[in-house]
Amino acid sequence: MTEAATLTPIQAPAGEAIIRAEKIEKYYAQPSENRIQVISATDLEIIPGEILALLGPSGSGKSTMLRMLTGLSRPSAGQVYWHGKPIAEAQINVSIVFQSFALFPWLTVLENVEAPLQARGVPPEERRERSLRMLDTVGLDGFQAAYPKELSGGMRQRVGFARALVVEPEVLFMDEPFSALDVLTAENLRSELLELWSNKTMPTRAVFIVTHNIEEAVLLADRIIVLGRNPGHIRTDFRVQLPQPRDRKSDAFTQLVDYIYKVLTRPDVAPAEAPTQQDGRRIRDQRQMHYQMLPHARPGGVAGLLELLLDKAGRDDIYRLADDLAFEIDDLLPIVDAAQLLGFLKVEEGDAAITESGAEFANSEILRQKELFREAATTNVLLLRQIVRALESKSDHTVPEEFFLDMLDEQFSDEESLRQLETAVTWGRYAELFDFDASRRRFFLPTDEEEEATADGGDE
Amino acid sequence: MKLQHPFARSLVTVRSWPFVIDLGVAFFSLALFFGVLHIARYWLGTPSPVVPISHSPSALPLYAFYSVVRIGIAYLLSLAFAIAYGYTAAYNPRIEAWMVAVLDILQSIPVLSFLPPVVLAMVALIPGHQLGIELGVIMLIFTGQVWNLAFSFYSSLKSIPREMSEASRIYRYSAWQRFWQLEMPYAAIGLVWNSIVSVAGGWFALMLCEMFTMGDRNFQLPGLGSYIQSAADSGDVTALLSGIGVVILIVVATDQLLWRPLIAWSDKFKFEQVESADRADSPILELLRRSRLSSLPGRIWTSLEEPIYRHLARSRAAQVIRPIDDDADKSKGALFFWALAVAVLIAAAWALVQAITLLRAISFADMRHLLAGAFATFLRVNAALLISALWTIPAGVAIGFNPKLARIVQPVAQVMASVPASAFYPVLLMGLLQIGGGLGIGSILLMLLGTQWYILFNVIAGAMSIPSDLREVTRLFRFTRWQRWTKLILPGIFPYLITGMVTASGGAWNASVMAEYAHVKTGIIQTVGLGAEISSATDAGSFPIILLATILISLMVVTMNRLVWRRLYRLAETRFRLEG
Repeated sequence: MTEAATLTPIQAPAGEAIIRAEKIEKYYAQPSENRIQVISATDLEIIPGEILALLGPSGSGKSTMLRMLTGLSRPSAGQVYWHGKPIAEAQINVSIVFQSFALFPWLTVLENVEAPLQARGVPPEERRERSLRMLDTVGLDGFQAAYPKELSGGMRQRVGFARALVVEPEVLFMDEPFSALDVLTAENLRSELLELWSNKTMPTRAVFIVTHNIEEAVLLADRIIVLGRNPGHIRTDFRVQLPQPRDRKSDAFTQLVDYIYKVLTRPDVAPAEAPTQQDGRRIRDQRQMHYQMLPHARPGGVAGLLELLLDKAGRDDIYRLADDLAFEIDDLLPIVDAAQLLGFLKVEEGDAAITESGAEFANSEILRQKELFREAATTNVLLLRQIVRALESKSDHTVPEEFFLDMLDEQFSDEESLRQLETAVTWGRYAELFDFDASRRRFFLPTDEEEEATADGGDE
Repeated sequence: MKLQHPFARSLVTVRSWPFVIDLGVAFFSLALFFGVLHIARYWLGTPSPVVPISHSPSALPLYAFYSVVRIGIAYLLSLAFAIAYGYTAAYNPRIEAWMVAVLDILQSIPVLSFLPPVVLAMVALIPGHQLGIELGVIMLIFTGQVWNLAFSFYSSLKSIPREMSEASRIYRYSAWQRFWQLEMPYAAIGLVWNSIVSVAGGWFALMLCEMFTMGDRNFQLPGLGSYIQSAADSGDVTALLSGIGVVILIVVATDQLLWRPLIAWSDKFKFEQVESADRADSPILELLRRSRLSSLPGRIWTSLEEPIYRHLARSRAAQVIRPIDDDADKSKGALFFWALAVAVLIAAAWALVQAITLLRAISFADMRHLLAGAFATFLRVNAALLISALWTIPAGVAIGFNPKLARIVQPVAQVMASVPASAFYPVLLMGLLQIGGGLGIGSILLMLLGTQWYILFNVIAGAMSIPSDLREVTRLFRFTRWQRWTKLILPGIFPYLITGMVTASGGAWNASVMAEYAHVKTGIIQTVGLGAEISSATDAGSFPIILLATILISLMVVTMNRLVWRRLYRLAETRFRLEG
């Protein structure tokens, strides 16, 4: 083989890790002393012969973790080793299958698959031959001259797989590879991936898949790591002992899924101790800060969930709820979190139970619902309370967006601050606490005159 | 924006044509060879600043050839510069903000302000050959073309989707491969559209700078610009009109033979997941694709490329993955950065001292004169914008709401926007003098000539983009005419209108230099204005006035951009965007 990258395939003894992460952290320094911790110090190993699934809610840093393990992103602290060598100096051989496929739309299917080989200086004939063989393997024989945009989503992800596998990676990384596909296509691709893996059709020695789909993780993985958030950390790391092929309907399977739901919804245990910087200064951890993180859910979603719960006698398994709604955890958990934050709901042992105020909320008509939401929001959500107070204290009752962004900046990344405010606007508008002028980027209190004016505006 | 070519299309299907095309390509290459030979002989000859211009129509092809070569070379230079500049700015976070700001300022300077320094520098650099003067003119055209190309390439690089660049990194693309397989394709569409605007700008500049006076030195190069100007000076109407005719012919031919095929070809670089139904097509491109010779460049390219890839794959950099966050790392190349910063600082300080000594020569009266001129030009530019908006909005909306009409008018408006307004100035001037109008009002007309097409073109596009269900809603609820305009049409075309106005405003400022001051048969006519100050100062070789007037213009343009256009743009992007 003329390929430069496979010149030194270090044969690791069984059990030794291909990639080992030691105390890797990711944080963003802020102008003030604070820094925003995205992932707290984490150890992780990828060992040969296993499919490892990384599971977690949004904001737990799954993708960041993947990028640090592939060398795409440098950890803020700690080190990643590739066969015992620091990853920045090692000749590593990995591939990534992306959520958005990341195919080059101006290259044909064949050219897309050939491109990584071209980067490694493989001569044209060999390049073509290997690519065609790989396209054949993933079931794309005959599509080599097509452009990606002519293919369906599933076909496009097949090209993504062919491109990833053609370089014969030692570890195949996948970043939510099936989440942009419809349910049937995803199912189909998953089983084909398992087939390739178990038949040893691909020379890959380990697979690392990031996902927010619990069933997908249980279906595929030999080992599952569940991440918690704020900042990202490992909640649990366990082996899946079910034999392949796995049956979704079997008791062992559903129990495992239920267990993971419980882990994900169980309130975090407080951190053992506040980490300190080298110079002894304390790092402020988000868990110790006073703004709670607003879950990005809409009030309408909360109302819908509560009404559904009420139909089920006020209590149900979160796992079953997600199943009924055909929701993935990324869709459902923010709604559950929001309802919990507002005091409409309690989570116990993976079950969601409606509270008294929650039941009243679900039973009311829209205007009363808004009233209840307003009460719950002002008592439970600090940010909303502060916005209202700031608006009331100003004589003109308007405050620019930056004022609140500055407050949030202390605690969240720029992007997250924006999203926090966006959610606050949605909640505030629903509760009729305040309004937001998007073109002037200012918050303001709706006055009676203005409401009349907007009513008049329609037929001027 | 599609033209129907049923006739040409039916020809395409005839199998015997590719051979004719092959012959055509061969013939064209031969012509090119002799062209290069001719140009080389002329350039390397002894310099003669004033080449006598013949008014005979038979001289026109040669003049057209000279002008096209000048614009072509200037365009290639601009493209290379734009790519280098955009690349450097996008990948060096330390200097990024500075480079963008410099671009912003340079863009606001009218082409003619560059004239004296650039031409003098080039003549001094290459003495003893015609090449020196020629390069001076080419550099001027370059300054009329380059800035928006650089902006376009820079912003394309900045907007490459994250996962795409991650893919190129995890598969260890070399910078070379990344450039050809990711960055260039991603930027291609923006570059093609901006090239159209740029070359139009190049023609505008060419008309001005082939023939000019600077102090006691006259320059007159063989070309279409000189032809038209000297025809106007001598009152030769036939020559004037045939000169303009040739310019229009070339612009239309460029549009059909170059831009349309390029737009159709660049369609494949569209960053879309699903194929859109609305595809640009070009019969010329179809013909070229069917030619047997068309695969030749591709084959040559591949054979050149392979050794490069093999060589790059062996390099150390190709073996490891470079973390993406290192790009934003400001500590890299610190030494180089500081060396550069010091050099730039010294140069800037020197330039400042020079500028101040120059500016000391300006008297208080001059200063007052300039400020009055600035005010007058400001009013004129905005009047021109207002007038163009006033007629193009109703006309453009009427055209845009009628798809059949729009399909015919829009390409025409696009071509009209590419025809250099400066070619028409002499004709318009003659007309103005006939009816006895002064340049004070006349210059507004002259500015209008160049600016209105951009706005019309964009308004049509805007009106076409208003979804028909929204229009049906206004009909269903019996909106009054007033309501229809204020609630639907004006908000709907707003983003497009702003885009058109921004381009037009830049063009109007640029045009002011020429519109406010003119040589005619009887002498010089001018009006109060900043543009007139620059022109007359160039004639007189008075550098302090040029410098101060240029500073004033670019100050006003940059301020207007910051205070007005950018805000309106943001408003257009947020509030008035028609989504889904």
